[in-house]
Amino acid sequence: MNEILSQVFQVGFFAAVIRIATPLVFGTLGELFAERAGVLNLGIEGIMMLAAMAGFSTAFFTGSLWLGVLAAVLTGVMAGALMGLLTVSLGLSQHVSGIGLTLLCSGLSFFFYRLIFGQPSSLPKISSFEPLALPGLADIPVLGPILFNQFALVYLAMAIVPAAAFVLYQTPWGLNLRAVGENPHAAYSAGVSVTAMRYQALLVSGALMGLAGAFLCMAQYNAYTFGVISGRGWVCIALIVFGQWNPWKSAAGSILFACIDALQLRLQASSAVHLPYQVFLMLPFVLTIVGMALVSRNALAPAALLKPFRKEAR
Amino acid sequence: MTGIRLELRAQSPWWLNVLLPLGAVGATLVLCSGLVVLAGADVFTAYSKLFLSSLSTAFNLVETVVKAAPLVFTGLAVTVAFRAKFWNIGAEGQLLAGAMAAAFIGAREGLPAWSLVPLMIAGGALAGSVWALVPAVLKTRYKVDDVVTTLLLNFVLFYGMMALLDGPWKDPLSGYPDSPDIRMEAEFPILLRATRLHLGVLLAAVAAAGVWLLLRHTTLGFEIDAVGENPNAARYAGIHLAAVTLIAAAVSGALAGLAGVGEVAGIHFQVMAGLSPGYGYTGIVIAMLARLNPIGVVPAAVFFAIIITGAEAMSRATGVPVFLADVIQGMALVTMLAALMLTQYRIRLNRPGHE
Repeated sequence: MNEILSQVFQVGFFAAVIRIATPLVFGTLGELFAERAGVLNLGIEGIMMLAAMAGFSTAFFTGSLWLGVLAAVLTGVMAGALMGLLTVSLGLSQHVSGIGLTLLCSGLSFFFYRLIFGQPSSLPKISSFEPLALPGLADIPVLGPILFNQFALVYLAMAIVPAAAFVLYQTPWGLNLRAVGENPHAAYSAGVSVTAMRYQALLVSGALMGLAGAFLCMAQYNAYTFGVISGRGWVCIALIVFGQWNPWKSAAGSILFACIDALQLRLQASSAVHLPYQVFLMLPFVLTIVGMALVSRNALAPAALLKPFRKEAR
Repeated sequence: MTGIRLELRAQSPWWLNVLLPLGAVGATLVLCSGLVVLAGADVFTAYSKLFLSSLSTAFNLVETVVKAAPLVFTGLAVTVAFRAKFWNIGAEGQLLAGAMAAAFIGAREGLPAWSLVPLMIAGGALAGSVWALVPAVLKTRYKVDDVVTTLLLNFVLFYGMMALLDGPWKDPLSGYPDSPDIRMEAEFPILLRATRLHLGVLLAAVAAAGVWLLLRHTTLGFEIDAVGENPNAARYAGIHLAAVTLIAAAVSGALAGLAGVGEVAGIHFQVMAGLSPGYGYTGIVIAMLARLNPIGVVPAAVFFAIIITGAEAMSRATGVPVFLADVIQGMALVTMLAALMLTQYRIRLNRPGHE
């Protein structure tokens, strides 16, 4: 037990937590924008997968990681637009559209990866992002190495949480977006275009999911594999419920989940526990379900979530 | 001004049920032909390999039917669940639960030989049911979103299975993560000599007829539809919403579990990591193409069985990545959804003076 505790309370552990939380923060905030506008974006898992593939391939061939990030974001935006076409313009079931988008995007990512790279004997790799120590801040004892000696995309995630909260709660655009998610008919009567707001939310949502995919295969790992996302998108959807559709609480939920994930990674490597490592891989998913069960009874989902909007029908 | 207007349809005519899936599949193939061209292959050659290789010989034809069996089961599983608006995206996990139960029972030495097949079928269905009841209970008792829990439980079950395969079930001789083989007497009987046409294929056909009877001609079927279409009206009519949701989930899980039983008892005789290449997710596409009609599930399942088996041959012959089959599945779901608009709405042209 002491061995486990001493392994946990290390600076390296908390730095890992921040790293693991980063793609979850991007994904969760992306999903948050869509859901606050009234659209459940179940395409998240597939969008992250396709964006990761596009970002990795671009970085592989151009040698520029930032071009890769850009490609991932653009891929996410395009997928978000397709989700908008299905659920906003055509008003189709958000559940089935999202699953369809995930199947389509994951199929496309496998297809293009095989087309581009074939079946090489060794995994194609890039030289991924290096940690960027922020001058001054990185020298703060304890906090410095945990928070300020990270990848550039981690700092971006740190900045995006307050930015998302500000945009959603302090700007007219954020007010309109939330209005469209709570009461689209009232928003429409007040002159807000429900269609435009929901599309914009889905484009932002796709961009952020693209960042999540980019981070996973260009910072956290240095390669793309078919299992690169492995359920992280679905976890993001659960984290929003856990975070009560609030950006701060959802980000906190991401960090909590990352703690559990980092812990199970340490336990896998530890010699103190003798269990197949898959038991530990299972743990974060089980705890996510338990967490959802604990908070779901008084969930505060946007009132118009899942409801297509037609101005003629009420 | 001339424009396009959508008009609500009172009822969708029967021929749309046939025409829409065909149209959706046609649109899918046109859209995916772009990918074939990108892969540098001839569209006609690639598609004829994709479709005809699985039908070219009697042997391949039987193999395609064998491949369709688990897809019929998962398609039916999704059909029953979606009819009750229980968003079961977890057929994949329920299939694996059924497969694990079948592999466990089938390898028991202490059981009499005659009891193995019936016990595997019952045990696999039960395991699938139990695994589907977890998210159903969470939904009815704690209001936890069923989409997310069914999806997450797929991962829980998969990792649980891999832990077993890497631990207690690991082959002690080879060290491969495969479960012990089931007993000879536990293997499903073969219905056609010198092929793999096993009992599970027959069970799948019986299940399709059974689900049709259940949904069309029983009170439970009526209640499932009532809960799915208008829960408030159903409650007002005295239907116990939670009970119907739980029963629909249990039936759905049992059907998915039977898909796993068939794969273990009829094909692989053991459980291993690649047991299901996403049959549970393909079941969603199949159910939607069939418009949640259990009889329609059968041709839709055969169609995807053709594509999944044909993709290998297409890839070998033309170099188009085998994953075209996955793209077609996703694309077919999206185009089918878009086509469903036509069942609810009629497209009318607005002409000046006609308003």
